[in-house]
Amino acid sequence: MSIVVRAENVSKTYNLGQIGSGTLNDDIQRFIARITGREDPTKKVLDKHGNETVHVALSDVSFDVIEGEVLGIVGKNGAGKSTLLKILSSITSPTSGCVKMRGRVASLLEVGTGFHPELSGRENIYLNGAILGMTRNEVSRKFDEIVDFSGVSKFIDTPVKRYSSGMYVRLAFAVAAHLEPEILIVDEVLAVGDADFQKKCMGKMKEVSVGQGRTVLFVSHNLAAVQNLCGRSIFLKGGKVNAIGTTKDVLNKYLMDDANSVIERDWDNDCLADTEFVKMRYSRIHIQNDDSESIKVGTAFSIEVAMDADFDNEENINFSFNLYNIYGQIIFNSLSESFTHFKGSLKGRIFVQGDLLNTGIYKFSIMISADRTKTMFYLEDVLTFEVFDEREADEKWFGDLSVVLIRPKLRWEITNG
Amino acid sequence: MTSTTTMEEIHHEQEWSKIIKPTESLFRFNFRELWQYRDLIVLFVKRDFVSVYKQTVLGPLWHIIQPLFTTVVFVILGSFAKIPTDDVPRILFYLTGIVLWNYFASCLTKTSGTFIGSAQIFGKVYFPRLTVPISVIVSNLISFFLQFMLIIPFLVFYRNTIHPNLYMLAIPVIIVVIAMMGLGFGLVVSSLTIKYRDLVFLIAFGVQLGMYVTPIIYPLSMVPIKYQMLMSFNPISSIIELFRYALLGKGTFTLLSIIYSCVFSIIILVIGILFFNQAERNFVDTV
Repeated sequence: MSIVVRAENVSKTYNLGQIGSGTLNDDIQRFIARITGREDPTKKVLDKHGNETVHVALSDVSFDVIEGEVLGIVGKNGAGKSTLLKILSSITSPTSGCVKMRGRVASLLEVGTGFHPELSGRENIYLNGAILGMTRNEVSRKFDEIVDFSGVSKFIDTPVKRYSSGMYVRLAFAVAAHLEPEILIVDEVLAVGDADFQKKCMGKMKEVSVGQGRTVLFVSHNLAAVQNLCGRSIFLKGGKVNAIGTTKDVLNKYLMDDANSVIERDWDNDCLADTEFVKMRYSRIHIQNDDSESIKVGTAFSIEVAMDADFDNEENINFSFNLYNIYGQIIFNSLSESFTHFKGSLKGRIFVQGDLLNTGIYKFSIMISADRTKTMFYLEDVLTFEVFDEREADEKWFGDLSVVLIRPKLRWEITNG
Repeated sequence: MTSTTTMEEIHHEQEWSKIIKPTESLFRFNFRELWQYRDLIVLFVKRDFVSVYKQTVLGPLWHIIQPLFTTVVFVILGSFAKIPTDDVPRILFYLTGIVLWNYFASCLTKTSGTFIGSAQIFGKVYFPRLTVPISVIVSNLISFFLQFMLIIPFLVFYRNTIHPNLYMLAIPVIIVVIAMMGLGFGLVVSSLTIKYRDLVFLIAFGVQLGMYVTPIIYPLSMVPIKYQMLMSFNPISSIIELFRYALLGKGTFTLLSIIYSCVFSIIILVIGILFFNQAERNFVDTV
């Protein structure tokens, strides 16, 4: 295992405010300050309104990337992901710190960079390939493969300005996918094309990393993709490394950071959830069987939702409950029995048995329907809760339970002898 | 921890192929990297050359039409104003001047737009930034050759009144010197335009004004002796005169003025590269 990318205390600051007007003045002041040995007057941290004039996009970011691994980088908008990628791909330089790399680097921050609308698909494959660092021979060698992958072979000699946006993107990704760098830096490119093509892209990414042993740095907001591709991940927050480690741990941390467990919530001062028929009041989680404060895999608990509902003569009403995991996958749906309700307070309570859910963070949505067809009320992300593991950390278990969706305790029948 | 110590040992042994640092020497000139991207330069040239004439009827003929018509206009104006042309045919006099000046002017104006024109692509992918201005120089060289072809029939037609001579061997050097000056100035301007957009406007008419302080539409010999000294500070003047002398047998230059131009072109190119190196590191943050 050798290290192919090493970032050491990388920081990047940007000057805020207008760039351009008054820069000549600033430059002259800076120059005079330099030759007279005084402090740079333009380098003040606060402007005359008392606002900061420097923005720290990255501060002291350090990490290593091991050869052949796929490292995910997650973080909210503005966390410094793009800045980090720009530094790693030599587009801009760090303000301090350094990045060391071993091997050929190619970055894919956008698909179709440098595509010229007037040139044909063929010409653009060569041009884009060269921009991404391939030689003419390399492109020629892979040309058929690229065209094949893109699925635009019929239009390969048509100017790309006549392509549909889908064809354009497919061709662009096809070129990029056939790069053969030792280190590949990828930003959000999977967010293009239809579901089929995205699947193809994911497959290609997996092939590049696992199959060909290349090192990939992958930034995405698509957590399922990060989960799927990356062994390790970095969670950037406010320009700093908040967490680094196995993707599962990092994603958990990221998502917990996003939405801390909310196991009780009132909507008294919040009318966003209200509809014509329903005024949401509160929702809370009750832990059933013991006095523990957290929900463990074996803990039975119930979820209560309360509202003021005003239905006219609806006789066939149901609650419908959807439970989602952090990746937005639906774990189960549960429909209540039908009931009648006219006016006033309405409470529903769903009991979740112990030994059903796996560890992880969950959210749920609640829906009220009438006659099983009409939606009277729907609320997403009502509460967020985490289910913890009750096994001891050193308990031996041969399987990885983190990948299973549910962990129900089911009845077994064992006969032997 | 034992695992970290073994990793540390590996670091010491391994060699990094690339180190990204906050500052780097301004005098670095990574020729090897540029050479690796030679295919890109070729493709840029092709793109610039081919894409411009897509969906035009006359296509590359436009390269010839522009200097030809400019020459015609100058011939008409020149004969009205009775501007001397060193006793060589007016058409040839203007054509030679315009073709060479065009090469310089287009190198300068097009390379000066490097950063602003390519900001989008530079912000998304790294490749040696110099490939862009170099490809501009090369694609303009092609159009220069096309225009030079235009001169040849006139040279043949007026073969009795002109005196082409061995100085023609210096034409490749002339082209290189002009290219270096166009590139050098262009790099300086492109680096400065990141901060001072005013230069975009300045360069447009600066080039036009430049033509009038260079002996393009008049011969240097027409300039009074006391101003000729001043004129020869313009490094392009004597190069233009040398070009004319080589093809037509008339021109005013000294060996010293030619050496001055050559040295000047080297210096301006070095300065241009320094500016460019400085600018390319962080220009995405300011452009």
